[in-house]
Amino acid sequence: MTSNDTAQSAQVRCTVNGQAIERNVESRMLLSDFIRHELGLTGTHVGCEHGVCGACTVLVDGDSARACLMFAAQADGTEIETVESLASGDSLSPVQQAFSDQHGLQCGFCTPGILMSLTACMREAGCNREQMLSAVGGHICRCTGYVGISRAVDQVLAEGAEQDRGTES
Amino acid sequence: MTRSKGKTHQVQAGDSGGNYVGKAVRRKEDDRLLRGLGRYVDDIDPARQLHASVVRSMVANARITNIDVEAARSAPGVHLVLTGRDLGDLNEPLPLLAGHPSLIAAKTQRPLAVDRVRYVGEAVALIVADTRYLAEDAAELISIDYDILDPVVDLGEASSTSAAVHDDVPGNVAGVVTDGVGDPDSVFASAPYTAKLRLSLERTGGMPMETRGVLADWDPRERMLRVWDSTQAPVAIKHGLCRMFGLSSQQVEVIAPDVGGGFGTKIMLFYPEEVLVPFAARALGRPVKWIEDRWEHFVSANQERGQIHDAEVAFDAEGTILAVRTNFVHDTGAYIPYGIAVPANTLTHVLGQYAVKNYAAKATILYTNKPPVSPYRGAGRPHAVFTMERLIRTVAAKLNMEPYEVRLRNLVPADAFPYDVGLTIDAPIRYDSGNYQAGFEKAIHHLDPAGFRKAQEEARARGRYLGMGICAYIESSGPGPYEGCAAKLTDAGTVVLDVATASQGQGHATSFAQIAADSLGAGIDDVVVRGGDSGKVDFGIGTFGSRSLLLAGNAVAVASERLRNKIAAYVSELFECSHDDLEFSEGQVSVKGAPGQSISLAAIAALANAYGYPVDKPLKDDPAVLEKLRERAANVATPPVFTEDGYFGVGQQLFGSGVHAAIVEVDPEVGAVDVQKYVLVHDCGVVVNPTIVEGQVLGGLVQGLGGALLEVLPFDEQGQPQATSFMDFRMPSIEGLPEIILDHVETPSPLNPLGVKGTGEAGAIPVAAVLAEAIEDALSPFNVFIDRMPLLPHQIANLVTQTPQEASIDDSGVVDAKSDEHK
Repeated sequence: MTSNDTAQSAQVRCTVNGQAIERNVESRMLLSDFIRHELGLTGTHVGCEHGVCGACTVLVDGDSARACLMFAAQADGTEIETVESLASGDSLSPVQQAFSDQHGLQCGFCTPGILMSLTACMREAGCNREQMLSAVGGHICRCTGYVGISRAVDQVLAEGAEQDRGTES
Repeated sequence: MTRSKGKTHQVQAGDSGGNYVGKAVRRKEDDRLLRGLGRYVDDIDPARQLHASVVRSMVANARITNIDVEAARSAPGVHLVLTGRDLGDLNEPLPLLAGHPSLIAAKTQRPLAVDRVRYVGEAVALIVADTRYLAEDAAELISIDYDILDPVVDLGEASSTSAAVHDDVPGNVAGVVTDGVGDPDSVFASAPYTAKLRLSLERTGGMPMETRGVLADWDPRERMLRVWDSTQAPVAIKHGLCRMFGLSSQQVEVIAPDVGGGFGTKIMLFYPEEVLVPFAARALGRPVKWIEDRWEHFVSANQERGQIHDAEVAFDAEGTILAVRTNFVHDTGAYIPYGIAVPANTLTHVLGQYAVKNYAAKATILYTNKPPVSPYRGAGRPHAVFTMERLIRTVAAKLNMEPYEVRLRNLVPADAFPYDVGLTIDAPIRYDSGNYQAGFEKAIHHLDPAGFRKAQEEARARGRYLGMGICAYIESSGPGPYEGCAAKLTDAGTVVLDVATASQGQGHATSFAQIAADSLGAGIDDVVVRGGDSGKVDFGIGTFGSRSLLLAGNAVAVASERLRNKIAAYVSELFECSHDDLEFSEGQVSVKGAPGQSISLAAIAALANAYGYPVDKPLKDDPAVLEKLRERAANVATPPVFTEDGYFGVGQQLFGSGVHAAIVEVDPEVGAVDVQKYVLVHDCGVVVNPTIVEGQVLGGLVQGLGGALLEVLPFDEQGQPQATSFMDFRMPSIEGLPEIILDHVETPSPLNPLGVKGTGEAGAIPVAAVLAEAIEDALSPFNVFIDRMPLLPHQIANLVTQTPQEASIDDSGVVDAKSDEHK
């Protein structure tokens, strides 16, 4: 590869956590590096850079995606959500709150990716326990043994069921 | 699959009666981690930062005949290319830890290999460029000529091969460590029964989700080196860097910010990059960052577990174990940075909970052309438990007993503590407290072996193979010498605790705060723990060996108590009462039974200094009391300084313990193992935070399940690693978790004020032994003998179709279950 190749750049216009972004990036820059080091949103973590561990999971147009398997240039025209978008002010999102309540995290490195996958899953109509566990199944957590995460999933589902009952009555 | 699969039941641990200690206090660190506001090394991007890439050996054993870096030096964006020769004295072999007279040829790695490489992944050159992308481009341009040598790969052949890892180390023997008690040889000569096994555990690794990483910045104005390192031991790294770079302790600061898992892998003292990156930053006068990628982690981060044991047991017809011998080889990889640490742990943990009076162990430590070995969660203990429990199962098989019955017969009695094992390898091994019978009783209660045997029989009639295993372990914890804490009541009324032990997810910010909050009567939100910053605390060692709560936690208790006494002295003068009349509660210091005689910690902090003022808390104290405090403060020449240090060391390791039990179903055709139920009963003394302890134990368990059934780091005949990505190295996922029952025995340690014992490694230690017993039990109709871990499905399926390995029990009572295959 010559220096001319590496210098190739691409225009990225996208929305990140509701903010319009417009940048010139090197064509080969990964989306994960773009989010972390160009935009400074370091809540998205990089654990393997080959799409297995799930730590870098973000939402691209609402679908969970491995940011390490996309080039920043491929995000052109998309809407991206990262872990920084989940809480509103002092309030954690229901998934975040459940992780806090149920000791769903220890070192916290894999956590943002799992939160994003579960967030996407919960937006699907009729999301059930099996689907949520399957979403977490795409992530590796080396600290918790998944026990607290599993309880957090149960909590989120129980709260959802309660809310449904509330709307029905 | 049972209906409860994936569910966890925890029997609550005892409550010690404090406001916070013993309570499931919500973790203080979680809110920011959940918001994506963690701060890991790669999250720190200082201005003018450059990026490093390491060029690594692609061969396992070779002489380097030439390194050509010229093309890389002139590549786009490159600022610096380093080879070993550019480092001068700094390229001397890195420090040796846990040295011991039994090490006969201790070899440690140089930061950069100069004329010889000894494993695939060994660092040969460092490139610093404007971006990591450009640094990796330039790495492609470095050309290294090798004269390739035969590698030492197979542990079983490492001492007999003609190949050499180090030319001046005959037989690749780094050292021979022995220990023992009694007279096992005589006992073996006269014992009614003896049995002999050969057992092996394979290499694996901690595999934290955050890889290693180092960022260094040299500030020429202050002549100050600042390093952010994903390490478990920032203070120890700091002192080592001071020595290596010839800098004073004021000139180096090492910060372990949030660290994304460690498990032992991140305490190396030193990995090459921990020297190279600071060197490059100083040479360039700019911040330099190196973040390990996952491939690098697989080939250059330390690994563990490879051992082959010959083990023998002598026993009588009642199942009393008379003597145990084990002679084993330990794979230390290409270097031996941790000395005898791992094999010594094995030696001292084999007897475990069993009162065996005659024991001999010998470890031969061998070099191989693989990444170096250092302790990984469990650290030699899983091998010990696997060895002893396989022997006990063999005793049980011979005597037609349940293995757990043999175990119960041989336990150290509850009234025998403190119990001297009689081993003296580093320091006498003395179990401080325990009640092993109670642990077994609880495990047996939760497992219901009699009920299980019926279910097993019924399942077999339906062509399904269920099995159970019950094994016990001990866990030495809290290797010394000490940890420290500086406790300070700040002028904001907040108690700040500075400790040297960094957290990699263990929740120090919460459990340490609980201890200080109870001591000082402060609210948990008013205690702030700062760990992992060598600039804040000078003396301390690090987080490893299940030692942080035990040593640093007790140091927090000591420092808090001293701070309380200091505050009490001040307040007792203010209210003209004695110390004993004061109580500390809800952020107030009050004279017992005297309404109005009370002052808040916030007011003391703010106003004890004549020029003090409340920083961030409006003072709600009685105005008369505040006035009294102001008057007193105005007339002193020396302000009271509410800061106290505390250090704590025990002088011996303390011994946690536990019993694990499992029920598995095995599919004999495909070798799949479904762990249906897993029972853990553990004793770590007083539990400071049940939630955090549960997290440690269950996290360890699942890591242990991976180690038993999934994870292995194989190498081919050329020493090429065969697992270098998460696609080749499978770890447990959330799917397929067993039903888990967690229960406790609490025997407080008499040797520390908190009564705690370590528990960081407990969950992982006995899992391989438990699953070996359970899988073997499930497959008992096929008469299989399990002699190794991990066991992958194809290996289990092969066991079923092979000629049974467990052979003869001859007339003299010798059971010889030795297997010939140990690859």
